[in-house]
Amino acid sequence: MKPRIEVVGVDSLLLRLFDQIDEDNMPWMLAASQRVRETFGAALVDLVPSYTTLLVHYDLTQLDDLQARQHLHQALAGLQPAAAETARQHEIPVWYDASVGPELRALGKRSGLGVAGVIEQHSAHIYQVFALGFAPGFAFLGLVDERLASPRLATPRKQVPAGSLGIADRQTAIYPLVSPGGWNLIGRSPVRLFDRELDGYSLWQPGDRVRFVPIERAEFVRLGGDDSPFEETTA
Amino acid sequence: MSLLIERAGALASLQDGGRMGVRHLGVTQGGPVDWISHGWANWLLGNPVQAATVEITLGNFSIRAETDTCLAICGADLGAALDDEAIAPGRSFEVRKGQLLAFAHPKRGVRAYLAAPGGFQATPVLGSYATVRREQLGGLAGDGQALAEGDRLHWLGGVSAAPRELPVQTVTPLSSPTLAVVLGAQIGDFSGQSLFDAFNSDWTVDQRADRMGVRLLGPTLHSTRSSMISEGVPLGAIQVPADGQPIILLNDRQTIGGYPRLGALTPAAVAQLGQCLPGTSLRLKPISLEAAQRAHRELLAQWR
Repeated sequence: MKPRIEVVGVDSLLLRLFDQIDEDNMPWMLAASQRVRETFGAALVDLVPSYTTLLVHYDLTQLDDLQARQHLHQALAGLQPAAAETARQHEIPVWYDASVGPELRALGKRSGLGVAGVIEQHSAHIYQVFALGFAPGFAFLGLVDERLASPRLATPRKQVPAGSLGIADRQTAIYPLVSPGGWNLIGRSPVRLFDRELDGYSLWQPGDRVRFVPIERAEFVRLGGDDSPFEETTA
Repeated sequence: MSLLIERAGALASLQDGGRMGVRHLGVTQGGPVDWISHGWANWLLGNPVQAATVEITLGNFSIRAETDTCLAICGADLGAALDDEAIAPGRSFEVRKGQLLAFAHPKRGVRAYLAAPGGFQATPVLGSYATVRREQLGGLAGDGQALAEGDRLHWLGGVSAAPRELPVQTVTPLSSPTLAVVLGAQIGDFSGQSLFDAFNSDWTVDQRADRMGVRLLGPTLHSTRSSMISEGVPLGAIQVPADGQPIILLNDRQTIGGYPRLGALTPAAVAQLGQCLPGTSLRLKPISLEAAQRAHRELLAQWR
């Protein structure tokens, strides 16, 4: 790790910790996030972790550029990776099925694993939350087994149902809300990921660990999932 | 204490200082694009400068007073009139029960801010009233919907609403503004010619302009990188996708992005850009970080 501090805006610095996406980075990213929060305290407006970087938006009425850089140096001094136990763990039930995952069969064929093999591989790995973005509660999880890696759809869909589980390249994610999207869909989860009624409730945060648990349709419905089959909407 | 919306034609939404401290959850900041005019509209009524106002985009918006009160308008001149009396932006004024305040169409600028005593009231979501449609967050009911015909606006009250005059000319929408840019570290990824072009050419505001971002049309800029690992992006970031035409990211931008960036507009330049209609010609000008920070602090100090 060779941290670099870059100016990205009048009141924002980017702390670049790594150059490549790697699951082994996450304990460092988590520790650095915690230290930055502690060091900046009330002078921190927002902290946006993403894969290899932390965007630090600070309050210009409390700090200038030099002081903000000093805070970052202080946060990094003697940094140790966060212990694995400190990361929160989630088990997310998923109904892997072609009726709600229109790319599941094609992925089974292309990977040579078959549908059952895709489900087995996808649910075997413990993923890490690299970043939240795109939409509230949308977590970029990785890394997916290379055999399951799939390029984004050439034309994104106008409407992807909430709860849809997708793959893009070596990442996987669940759409928290109905939204446009270009990921390859392989199933659906009944779990509520983000809830504005609970004022800021997000199931997960960067650095958390996630395992998917395959469930049957009946269990999916029992957990409150909407089992209506996926339908392509036309423009 | 209410105002009834009789017409909401283009886009009008509740905005306050923004939804801060939650970008790590993928939640964007929202808030008024021309935050300076928003702040002055509040100041005119003695409100906290972050209090909720209505951001009225391009006009075609009218409200009827159901109570006597005092209101204030700052920002764009959208041809506002109280019954038959024209109301120029930059002032507060008395309104009597039954009167109609109507915004017609843009005469100068894009966004007008309407303030009421103490700030408009709604259901806060993650500590903010800021309306972000894409995220289904904020606004009157908390679900991200823009204001609509038949909606009723209420306000907190409780401030001395003695009309105040603006001490200085605030954001005046300019016909061909120069926008200050804090250069980013990725500037080295752009060719020398592209950097020259970026800061020595006229740029035109494209039709593709909304609260997420504004596209500029002009010379094609080339970066040695086509895409990067996504990282957090600040307000005003100037990202350059593969087609070489910059997009300036505004309040409702996604929280992370993977395009090379020239840098970011200063907050004052973001406010100015928020008043540029499509077709407006503008220039970009680098500013030192120190000067940009000083200017921003001075702006904020005016409201203390």
